[in-house]
Amino acid sequence: MTNESNQPPGQPEGRFDALEQFRLSLGSNRVKAKWIRPNPLPPARLLELIKPHDWGRAAQLAQEQGWRWVAGGAEDEGEQLSVSVCLEKQGSYLVLRTRIDSSQPYLPSYALYFVAANRPERHMHDLFGITFSDHPDGRRWTRHQARDQETFPLRRSFPPEGSQQDQTPPDSEYPFLRAQGHGVYEIPVGPVHAGIIEPGHFRFQAVGETVLHLEERLGYVHKGIEKIAEDRSPEGLARLAGRVSGDTAVGHAFAACLAMERAAGLEAPARAAFIRGILAERERIANHLWDMGAICNDVGLAFAYYQFGRLRELWLRDNQSFFGHRLLMDRIIPGGVKVDISGETACRMRESIAFLRRELGDLVTIIDANSSLEDRLVTTGLLTQEHAQALGALGFVGRSSGQSFDVRRDAPYPPYDRIEVKVPVEQQGDVASRFWVRYKETRAALRLIEQLLAELPSGEIATPWKGPKPGAEGLGLVEGWRGEILCFVRFGENGCISRYYPRDPSIVNWPALEKIVLGNIVPDFPVCNKSVNGSYSGHDL
Amino acid sequence: MLRLYRKIFTAGILTERADLQRREPAVEEAGAKLKAVIDRRFAGSLAIRQVDAGSCNGCELEIHALNNVYYGIERFGVHFVASPRHADVLLVTGPVSRHMEAALRRTHEATANPKWVIAVGDCGACGGELGTSYASSGPVANVIPVDAVILGCPPTPLDLLRGILNLFSPG
Repeated sequence: MTNESNQPPGQPEGRFDALEQFRLSLGSNRVKAKWIRPNPLPPARLLELIKPHDWGRAAQLAQEQGWRWVAGGAEDEGEQLSVSVCLEKQGSYLVLRTRIDSSQPYLPSYALYFVAANRPERHMHDLFGITFSDHPDGRRWTRHQARDQETFPLRRSFPPEGSQQDQTPPDSEYPFLRAQGHGVYEIPVGPVHAGIIEPGHFRFQAVGETVLHLEERLGYVHKGIEKIAEDRSPEGLARLAGRVSGDTAVGHAFAACLAMERAAGLEAPARAAFIRGILAERERIANHLWDMGAICNDVGLAFAYYQFGRLRELWLRDNQSFFGHRLLMDRIIPGGVKVDISGETACRMRESIAFLRRELGDLVTIIDANSSLEDRLVTTGLLTQEHAQALGALGFVGRSSGQSFDVRRDAPYPPYDRIEVKVPVEQQGDVASRFWVRYKETRAALRLIEQLLAELPSGEIATPWKGPKPGAEGLGLVEGWRGEILCFVRFGENGCISRYYPRDPSIVNWPALEKIVLGNIVPDFPVCNKSVNGSYSGHDL
Repeated sequence: MLRLYRKIFTAGILTERADLQRREPAVEEAGAKLKAVIDRRFAGSLAIRQVDAGSCNGCELEIHALNNVYYGIERFGVHFVASPRHADVLLVTGPVSRHMEAALRRTHEATANPKWVIAVGDCGACGGELGTSYASSGPVANVIPVDAVILGCPPTPLDLLRGILNLFSPG
């Protein structure tokens, strides 16, 4: 079935079986589609649907064949809007694309087949004015009550500063799903929360202490990242990507730089790739340390909060001394990395890894023996494997509910194509599983850093940047600490960016929280929320 | 349980003091000055309400760090409160997204007088990397009056400590 000429060099035989099978099934359903050659979007393959009204049929076939929805986005091409969806199966990525008339932007919805596509399609509606005709939810999502609702920010004609300067009214009339009946009451929370966290609104329907229903209302920190990315230089985009979600500075910059390099036909030197891997694993560890402590704190074990907080602070100080930034922002640049690792730094890094491993061993012995902690975390905040699969849950949220996907292992990119990545998986899907998966990931990341240091190739740490042709596009897919990050980039004139779309794993994982909290008591919401820890900024863009 | 206590005792007191810790002696120095000001002007207790009005969450991570064992900002008399009604100071990160504008104004109104506002991070102070756009009103000062700014992307915990001090004793 596989067409030899379709296979990029270096891809193992059989990798594209799922892709070919999908294209053939389109053919037998009279959906006209063609592969775009040469393929502009590695590691994904680009398949163009000739007729937009086949869009929904393709979604149905993809769902039947077990593809996972990864991301969806659009671009304004003037007369037409191009709409793309990225899907994944067994580590193969596929991008479907179709074009619709800008003045009549109607398209069938993917949300009927993939839950994860629901909010992103509402986002596309708000920002591009595309109407997904059979979409199950017609409420606005990202744009809240912005008055210039008849114009759409991501259309080319829309000025970045907007068309109105008056205040956006609060989104107080949003029609939440309400429960009725004796003893049912509603708890509104946010957007300004009690702690030092990002803004968002949660609407609980509860009976007594039990949560009947939770609905999230996000979009409060929508700052127009996709729009302000337009016309940026590649370095400027890398900086912006590092601020899509501050806790994922490395992950997003990594994905954006991979996408830009692929568009430009460049590859970062091997040494740079290894350093990127080290940065990404360091970010994973810093975030896991913080959240493991915070999960314990949310059920009252302050001991663990302070101990993990201590280890995180030491880790961040090491980031500062090894790389010059506590959160590792702006260390990854187009073409490579900004900071090299000296022999002395490598040596100190190994020492700090040995120290952290010892400390983690101590802490985990104590935590494992703490029966009251176990009592609070086991069976709390359950995400069943069925739900995790249906939602396409990513990262440690998916991996705690039996979904073992990890980009580093299943669709490896440099440096992970040269080392073995072990992916811990748990099956129970409760807060305890998410805690332990994150603990195991921390240990695995420590081993990975050691391995990357041991095999660190010599040579340059950056390739000189060479601007791609106008219209060149690129895709970056990396495993951030929250899970798979997708980044799409297209270049315009003068080597500047004309389109940037980052899909943070939070976009897929936020709906999982609505399932996780069901049937739990309201006071357990913080620990459920912390065990997922979605990014608001990464979601709202 | 014995292990837990042993860990607490062997980890020891890590809170940074100039004479014990060589790594960040500046923490103690800035903190001591801050404590003197808070003792004098706020009877020993300064309540801060943090408001994220649109940040990327980088600033929040570093504000959180102020409460870890190394900085332990509470020993200088600073504590973070859950309600603006209890706050002396609003610590606002930005840029202020248009969707958070109304919420930020209301939070500011809910804070009792006298009150101070500190805009945190490059974005909150001057727009920073995210700036002003159709979706963002830019610096905090565009929405509510600001008394002091703390620059940095994000500011380190030490920058934050010094920035809070600067509000009450500039220079």
